[in-house]
Amino acid sequence: MRRVYGFHGGIHPAENKFQSLRSPIRSAGVPPQLVLPLSQHIGAPSRPLVQAGERVLKGQMIAEASGYVSVPLHAPSSGTVAAIEERPIPHPSGLTAPCIVIDCDGRDEWIEHQGVADFRDCEATELLELIRSAGIAGMGGAGFPAAVKLAGKPGASISTLIINGTECEPYITADDILMQERATGILEGIAILRHILRPEEVLLGVEDNKPAAIAALEAAAAGTDVQVVTFPTKYPSGGEKQLIEILTGKQVPSGGLPADIGIVCQNVGTALAVADAVLRGQPLISRITTVTGEAVAEPQNFEVLLGTPMQHLLDLAGFQPERCERLVMGGPMMGFTLASPQVPVVKTSNCLLAPSVSELPAPPPAQSCIRCGLCAQACPASLLPQQLFWFAQGKEFDKLEQHNLFDCIECGACSWVCPSHIPLVQYYRASKAEILLARRDHERAEQARLRFEARQARIAREEEERDAKRAARKQAAEKRAQMAAAEGGEDPIQAAIERAKAKKAAQQAAGEADTPTPAAAPLDALRQKLAKSEQRLAQGREAGEDAKIITALEASVARLRGKLAEAEADAAGATESETRG
Amino acid sequence: MTLIRISSPHAHGATSTGSVMRQVLLATLPGVAVLTYFFGFGTLVNVLWACLVGVACETLAVFLRGHSPGFYLKDYSVLVTSVLLGIALPPYAPWWLISIGVAAAVLMAKHLYGGLGYNPFNPAMVGYVVLLISFPMQMTAWAPPRGLEEVPGLWQALQACFLPASYDAVTMATPLDILRQNDSLLLEDLWQQTAQFGRWAGIGWEWANLAFLAGGAWLLYRRIFTWHAPLAMLGALTLMAALFHDGGSSASGGSPLFHLLSGATMFGAFFIITDPVSSAVSVRGRLVFGALIGVLVYLIRVWGNYPDAVAFAVLIANFAAPFIDHYTQPRSYGHRKSGGQP
Repeated sequence: MRRVYGFHGGIHPAENKFQSLRSPIRSAGVPPQLVLPLSQHIGAPSRPLVQAGERVLKGQMIAEASGYVSVPLHAPSSGTVAAIEERPIPHPSGLTAPCIVIDCDGRDEWIEHQGVADFRDCEATELLELIRSAGIAGMGGAGFPAAVKLAGKPGASISTLIINGTECEPYITADDILMQERATGILEGIAILRHILRPEEVLLGVEDNKPAAIAALEAAAAGTDVQVVTFPTKYPSGGEKQLIEILTGKQVPSGGLPADIGIVCQNVGTALAVADAVLRGQPLISRITTVTGEAVAEPQNFEVLLGTPMQHLLDLAGFQPERCERLVMGGPMMGFTLASPQVPVVKTSNCLLAPSVSELPAPPPAQSCIRCGLCAQACPASLLPQQLFWFAQGKEFDKLEQHNLFDCIECGACSWVCPSHIPLVQYYRASKAEILLARRDHERAEQARLRFEARQARIAREEEERDAKRAARKQAAEKRAQMAAAEGGEDPIQAAIERAKAKKAAQQAAGEADTPTPAAAPLDALRQKLAKSEQRLAQGREAGEDAKIITALEASVARLRGKLAEAEADAAGATESETRG
Repeated sequence: MTLIRISSPHAHGATSTGSVMRQVLLATLPGVAVLTYFFGFGTLVNVLWACLVGVACETLAVFLRGHSPGFYLKDYSVLVTSVLLGIALPPYAPWWLISIGVAAAVLMAKHLYGGLGYNPFNPAMVGYVVLLISFPMQMTAWAPPRGLEEVPGLWQALQACFLPASYDAVTMATPLDILRQNDSLLLEDLWQQTAQFGRWAGIGWEWANLAFLAGGAWLLYRRIFTWHAPLAMLGALTLMAALFHDGGSSASGGSPLFHLLSGATMFGAFFIITDPVSSAVSVRGRLVFGALIGVLVYLIRVWGNYPDAVAFAVLIANFAAPFIDHYTQPRSYGHRKSGGQP
């Protein structure tokens, strides 16, 4: 058996994986409406190719990649584009973002598609283009465009392809069940990836808490030289950097990429998506999502069309909203809370966790840090979290960088072990953001300084040039005047001055006549406002909105009317007094 | 449905600062029991009175700082400070001595610096040193062990503490004192001629040290702290004692075993220098920190003027901790060197 290495730190939280592994993958079906954010990956958001009202087919490209680090988006089912508008998306910020909304017709009608006859006959660039146009972004959670990662740096050769089937986060079983049920597809994808990268070895890393998945993969990998490597369960061994260290004993240089040490890492879900795209011509339009937690009656894994509202999955799993006070996309260690169950499933939604209140209780108030060092023992990046916390509180940015804050992978192991319940990761995120902001401010200030200096120099130069010209003109004019005087004609300078004066006087007279009444502009604005709010009130009544909202709207209309009347009276008075004056 | 929004992680381990502190308190029990057996109820009375004063001081300080005392008392840190100081003080100390020490520890060394987690010095040791410098007479009088004199009972212990004027204290030089003052006898002769010496070190002391070692081993097993600082301190102390043992001549500093089982060695190694707040943070840092204390303890014991050395050694090392931290930053993932260079 292949030797595996260890990595520093790590923790053993309760796994809670068995709950969602009791039944096979179930299809979540076609919901009435799909909401597809244009940005479901790292990089530039995709650019819409369709318009509201247009009919789309399943698998049709509805938005194209808008840069090198970007991926296109496809319709997960057939139907009509209802709108392209801002909708809430699953993002830690809880903000809205542009989405393509599709009303499904339920026919689930595929666009014409077909895979390549034999991928072995294809050039790597051809296959990369297929992967890119299939909209594949890393399925493990980060969502980095797969084709970009596979293309790598020109000239760099890859010695090891690592396929990540670790899934170290508690609760999540999406990759586990995928490996159990679709091992053949994963191996097909791996074969394509190795044809592209031509690595010396292919390692498929799985934690030893997934015996069924390991057995399925080993059966599927028999006869190939893909090595299924198992290693002891420890969080966060599925982190890319940690997995690389476990399997190869090498560390990715700080600030660098795995490709720098000849390694490329892809998730098992990504491998399967690659197989679907290349062999079957199917773009990425669905994924496996675990729905689990004590607040759902039947935790299980769903095959979900992208854009399906989370609420749809919760309903299928028997959600008990009264038991739940937070929804997490991702696992309990690195997932983020959702603002509403209406947000859609996206390419990176590996898990929807609906814990009961007792299962994941709200954190107690933080106590003082006693520098016990449990966090430093748990940190997989060998940082000193207690020192980082200290410097973060004091906003000592230099010290934070010197203590390698940017090597923190935000795995949450430090917060998990902290006996004082300090939300350490939150401090690190905030500090990273502040440092990046400060760097950007510094860059901007530097640019502004350069611009200012350039402008000063330009002004000085222009001034000099003008002075020189003026002097030359003056000399010439004097010469002409002398010549005119000598010939006994009219002084040309005096004549020019007269002409300029006459022109200015004419301009002034015209300007005064055109100036509008100053009161008219605000009056118009008020009238517009009033019209808008009357319209809103009418809409509200029609839609039968809440009585409270109607009352509030009525009040605002009344207020605006009063204001307008007042303003009109004022304006009339002003005109009068002006006329009299 | 209103959903709460908090940042990850959402799961949490079971440890809490309160439970860490409670385990430290539990681990002192064997040591306190042995001290009580050999030297009478003095230590127990010290500890209990120190706890009362400590809780009162903590409540006052937290209240004055405008916080709720209940929340802060739950971390049990003030009890740890009080118990450790109570153990360190000589048995049968008067109530006011204990009170001054605890007040110095809790009010001055802890809360004036910002409370738990912000104190650069070990509060119990600050309290101890304040007393040692201010009241050297009371602080150097240690009771004789069981076997040499009759051990006072609970009533006498209470009398000694609360009515010190009416209590006739019996005191005796400790083995460390005797050894420091010896300049004429070979160790072997000194051992035979002095009643205070036991099998390996002083009577009572050796067993108290072993009991604190047992408590410390349990804390290690419970992973309350790591082995680095205690082992480095004991190792450095052993090394120093071996270097200057001088074959047991009249100029000898004492055998390594004698130093390991004398005075506050084990108590210091497992209960004082393991205070995480005032020690170095990294693994390498704690090795240096512990070794520094081990060397200082030997230097002060053998060539210094104080009966025991742990308190001063710890405070000096506390001074050095930030400096040690600066030079012992661990190598982070993906870096070739430690200390911020990629």
